[in-house]
Amino acid sequence: MKIHEYQAKAILAKFGVPVPRGEAVSSKEGARAAAQRLGTPVVVVKAQIHAGGRGKAGGVKVAKSADEAASFAEQMLGMKLVTPQTGPEGRIVRRLLIEEGLDIKRELYLGILVDRVARAPVIMASAAGGMEIEEVAKEHPEAILREVIGSSTGFQPYQGRKLAFGLGLPVEVVQAAVPFLGSLYHAFIETDASLLEINPCVVTGDGRLVALDAKVNFDDNALYRHPELLELRDLDEETPLEVEASKFKLNYIKLDGTIACMVNGAGLAMATMDIIKLSGGSPANFLDVGGDASEARVKNAFRILLSDPNVKAVFVNVFGGILRCDMLASGIVNSAKELKIKVPVVVRMEGTNVEKGQEILRKSGLDFTVASGMKDGAEKVVALAGAAR
Amino acid sequence: MSILVDKRTRALVQGLTGHEGSFHAQQMIDYGTKIVAGVTPGKGGTKHLGVPVFNTVAEAVRETGANAALAFVPPPFAADAILEDIDAGVSFVTCIAEGIPVLDMVRVAAALKNSKTRLLGPNCPGIISPGQCKLGIMPGFIHKKGHVGVVSRSGTLTYEAVGQLSRLGIGQSTCVGIGGDPIIGTSFLDVIQMFNDDPDTHAIVMIGEIGGNAEEVAADFIKKNVKKPVVGFIAGQTAPPGRRMGHAGAIISGGQGTAREKYAALRAAGIHTVQSPAEIGETMARVLGKSKAPLRHAAMKKKASKSKKRAKRR
Repeated sequence: MKIHEYQAKAILAKFGVPVPRGEAVSSKEGARAAAQRLGTPVVVVKAQIHAGGRGKAGGVKVAKSADEAASFAEQMLGMKLVTPQTGPEGRIVRRLLIEEGLDIKRELYLGILVDRVARAPVIMASAAGGMEIEEVAKEHPEAILREVIGSSTGFQPYQGRKLAFGLGLPVEVVQAAVPFLGSLYHAFIETDASLLEINPCVVTGDGRLVALDAKVNFDDNALYRHPELLELRDLDEETPLEVEASKFKLNYIKLDGTIACMVNGAGLAMATMDIIKLSGGSPANFLDVGGDASEARVKNAFRILLSDPNVKAVFVNVFGGILRCDMLASGIVNSAKELKIKVPVVVRMEGTNVEKGQEILRKSGLDFTVASGMKDGAEKVVALAGAAR
Repeated sequence: MSILVDKRTRALVQGLTGHEGSFHAQQMIDYGTKIVAGVTPGKGGTKHLGVPVFNTVAEAVRETGANAALAFVPPPFAADAILEDIDAGVSFVTCIAEGIPVLDMVRVAAALKNSKTRLLGPNCPGIISPGQCKLGIMPGFIHKKGHVGVVSRSGTLTYEAVGQLSRLGIGQSTCVGIGGDPIIGTSFLDVIQMFNDDPDTHAIVMIGEIGGNAEEVAADFIKKNVKKPVVGFIAGQTAPPGRRMGHAGAIISGGQGTAREKYAALRAAGIHTVQSPAEIGETMARVLGKSKAPLRHAAMKKKASKSKKRAKRR
């Protein structure tokens, strides 16, 4: 789960990580009042969307007065911000963070994530703050310092010193960096974060370390033990169909093609998208109905697939293990009747109770195309989607 | 022979008395797997499906000599279940659960390091050595005893590959689902090393997917050490970057972990790569055909006569 910068900073502050003073606002007047309360010569107006790259896209502006902050707020609120991370459709700006301006001497990168190879959290640090860390990793991998944190020992001060001296920070800043990193690690563990990024973390003119930006993602699988974090979810930032799908525990990701896919299992669902592409079509979505899908879930899946206006045909590809093909077939038949499905549906079933399932489809009197394998199914659905165009 | 599980495997099932545990334990027993104990705290001393139930894993191991465990435990309790197995000295643990918090698995991974336990999964379908032992949730009937080792990060996509192989008359030594999570107990590399050492495995199917670099690491090992033919497929060629494709570990992040990179590594290692998931079986048949043409021939004939029979019945 992603959250906004202002929410991330509030969490970090709770764990003792220094962040700039600031307020989240959603109106021009709110921005003016916040700027006045901050009382610094300059304030920064930052668009709050769940995507990076805001600065270059015009989503971060420095105001020299409260009036200027208000006029920036007026421009930004309601505008569609397009950054490399939002995709061409962009995001509507609904909230702004008004922050004090700081005297910045240096910009650093700090990040924590669970490394798959080390099988443990890793703190990453780089002197190239403000840059995309992926670019740094590609061009100068040696410029990224890494410290693996042992799960039984936790973060140790020497690890903070290794990183801070490694970045070439002066001794007095190193002394601030050790507790800073400790707090950051503590926040990561206590919130079950999957990613925590401070980019940039700045050294101010008076030698303080401050988290100028903050990005925190949480491990969805651990949210059950953090009900307070669930309240930070912003549905406006998510694709409506994906929000709808998540209510029914359907793993759905909207794509921009014309062939809807309904598949059991994530690997097979990806492979189904791949074979559609190989057969000359393009997938409209990724959808895993799960191994234990019920008739109701199949129906909800169909409803969500078909609410995508780009869909010209549906490909159901199921290898029944626990999921029985007869149950799936009656789910498909009932959905087709109830939802009055107008686009062609190609069904490929294999595995548990496949004969019974095919019988149900045949006897339904509905016009399903039954495929004999994955390749056959993909070719048929691509042809049908093409014909429907 | 086979790897990890065989006729000598004596398994205990954690969560045997639950809905899911009961269903799959029965399926495994029907397949011929030796399920020797169940563990459900509070139900010790009872019997379920004809199997004695214990309160703790330690007790179950002591009383029954179980040497493998299968955890059917909901994700919030799964790490604890695996740690209990490690503590009891169970040598092989399979965990099916999908949705275990990553930081729980960090703790488990640390405990595994200093133990004699091997963990398979989590978020996996389990493992089967056809005709000998099924420890997992895969449909047993699609498998066929033979000499191809299958290793995969996926569940149903593995069934797909196995189904293709069996239909062509190509049997399997062992099929291993290593799981779709970012932190797993047994990697591609581990399984491929075991297949390489197993005289009964003559060829390997490796099914990867986007995210991480475990496929690349395995490919590097294959390039240097494996003489047995390997057929490889990578799911997610069309997956958009930055999105988690169902499996927690299936994500292209920062341009890393793409299918393109993985295919390149596989090809560089001399692996027979397959672009279409529908051609995994055929490709293996072709690869084996070079040395075992009659095997494939017989398989095709058998298949043809079977479908004739089916047509008659209709």
